[in-house]
Amino acid sequence: MIRERAPTLLEVRDLSASVAGVAILKGVSLTVRAGEVHAIMGPNGSGKSTFAKALVGHPAYQVTSGAAVFGGANLLELPAEERARAWLFLGFQYPVEIPGVANAQFLRLAYNTVQAARGKDELDPLEFDDFVREKMKLLDMDPAFLDRSVNEGFSGGEKKRNEILQMALLEPRLAFLDETDSGLDIDALRVVANGINRLITPDNAIVLVTHYQRMLNYVVPDYVHVMDGGRIIKTGRKDLALELEHRGYDWVAAEATLAA
Amino acid sequence: MTTATKKPWLDGLLAGRPGSEARPHAWLNELRAAALERAHSLTLPTVRQEDWRFTDLSPLYELAFRPAAPAAVPAGLALEPVLAPEAAARLVFVDGQFMPALSSPATDGVLVTTLASALETHAALVKSRLAQLATFRDDAFCAINTAHLADGALVVARPGAAARTPVQLIFASTQAGVAVHPRCLIVAEQGSELTVLEDYIGLHADARAVNAVSEVAVEANARVRHVRRQLENGSSFSLASCAVRLERDASFRSVSVALGARISRYNLNVTQADEGVNCQLDGLALIHDRQLADTHSFIDHARPHGTSRQLHKCIVGGYAHAVFNGRILVRHGAQGTNSAQQSRNLLLSRRAHVDTKPQLEIFADDVKCAHGATVGQLEAEELFYLRSRGLAEPAARGLLTYGFAAEIVDRIPVPSVVAALRRAVLQEIQAKEAA
Repeated sequence: MIRERAPTLLEVRDLSASVAGVAILKGVSLTVRAGEVHAIMGPNGSGKSTFAKALVGHPAYQVTSGAAVFGGANLLELPAEERARAWLFLGFQYPVEIPGVANAQFLRLAYNTVQAARGKDELDPLEFDDFVREKMKLLDMDPAFLDRSVNEGFSGGEKKRNEILQMALLEPRLAFLDETDSGLDIDALRVVANGINRLITPDNAIVLVTHYQRMLNYVVPDYVHVMDGGRIIKTGRKDLALELEHRGYDWVAAEATLAA
Repeated sequence: MTTATKKPWLDGLLAGRPGSEARPHAWLNELRAAALERAHSLTLPTVRQEDWRFTDLSPLYELAFRPAAPAAVPAGLALEPVLAPEAAARLVFVDGQFMPALSSPATDGVLVTTLASALETHAALVKSRLAQLATFRDDAFCAINTAHLADGALVVARPGAAARTPVQLIFASTQAGVAVHPRCLIVAEQGSELTVLEDYIGLHADARAVNAVSEVAVEANARVRHVRRQLENGSSFSLASCAVRLERDASFRSVSVALGARISRYNLNVTQADEGVNCQLDGLALIHDRQLADTHSFIDHARPHGTSRQLHKCIVGGYAHAVFNGRILVRHGAQGTNSAQQSRNLLLSRRAHVDTKPQLEIFADDVKCAHGATVGQLEAEELFYLRSRGLAEPAARGLLTYGFAAEIVDRIPVPSVVAALRRAVLQEIQAKEAA
């Protein structure tokens, strides 16, 4: 929801970043205000995922120039864990499997770590169990997933639900969701999208990073940005996503070249 | 080790042997005499032998050992860390000596008693079973152990007996500078089920040598679950072998965990002596500082349609060195064998070292054998995933290391042992973090 005078959560200016010495992002600017839903779309290799990973502090992604201010702090100075504690979240495209670590144990450790960093109460295992089961209902998730190893042997859809469950627990002010729709069948997509919608409040914001428009039928964006060649080359409203679905990405790139 | 230096060292290790028994145990005298002769004629292992290439025992040979002194229950004997409350039957040996006050033998369905008393009550059984599987012909430490053979643990599950609770065998050592020679004989008769915990724990920090031999006979249709914990102190030496023989359609599942000892070597030899047998051998070594932990396993697929599964993991920190040699032999005619072996190793420091060697010898043509080995650090993507959820790097590393170990620990069928090992693993990891 776009509101006038909503506070700015994230302000990115001219961000450039490289991976293993190869420049991927070439000057990206983006402003996200509280209550907004953004979608970043674009062809494969356009830099969408890199943008999200650089902002949450993946060590393989080197920011070479530009600035990112989140909640008044210079985001780029913080290690990844501090960014998470400072209410930033990334839902992974490919969530990592961790054999031997029970999901419940991982979720509680993450929850209590950020709670402590935010000066809030931690939960003991019994309290946490009640708490997390409530959150799982939101995503129609079987509590059996608490006892299994983190993401191990989960289907694509189950992994994505587990990501949104983590989002529900960690209550970020800004969440990047990287290709959350990939690997989901239509029923799972509806459930996950519903879960996301119920987590949206006037105080937080979501940036959906997605190749396809289908997620956007359920989580409706206020802004749609098209990335190509490491830049945002076009920004529009939700209709732009539908147009991209029909016409592909090439015409946007051509238009941008003409304008340049 | 030269012959000149070998003699006094070996004499120290062979001192304190039992005297000759009167009839009817002449066979035991003969067994010990043969073992003694073998101990004198065999070369002690050095790195020049292929089987000991990575495990240098010179620090062991530099120390002199003597027999343990007989003692009452030592004051302040802290066995709580290993006591499994699930176990209804338990035998406790301290410095080689049986401790009746700490033990609870059993006779119903499953016989749990000492070899010494079974020599009186079940002489024929002991005679027919003892030293049948663990042969000392080529194994100097087994020969030394057998030369000392007078007592030990005996567990026999009678035909069809299904033990609902585990049997726990504890070998604690407390005295400084001693060599002890624990011995276990485990027999699961036809169709029986048995879970045995074999625990070796070293108290106080003094150096000593624990030279253990176990034999496990699993008869037709019997199932044995075997858990071995090696928790010697960090200055001691642990030498151990376990010989297992599986008869038709028998099953043997074992988990061995090594956390302790300055140098440890565990030889686990499993013979699939008849058709349709399955075995699973899982192992974990978690070591740091200058520890060395060596596991040599040998699965002998001698007959058709046998299955074997093996997952061995080493977590190595500091300057420590882990060794795994997993030999699998599929003999001619052992058709339909299905075998899979995995060796996975985690190095926590730049000076940590692993030598891992799968050794497959296949002489049958209709078999399925898979093996693999990995040596690595924690995965960068796993670390980042945890950090992106707010965990600081040390906590993330700790959790991943813990998970790596827990995959093996969780396979132990006794909940209190799982819980105790999970705590021990966490402590090890946290101690490492603090260092």
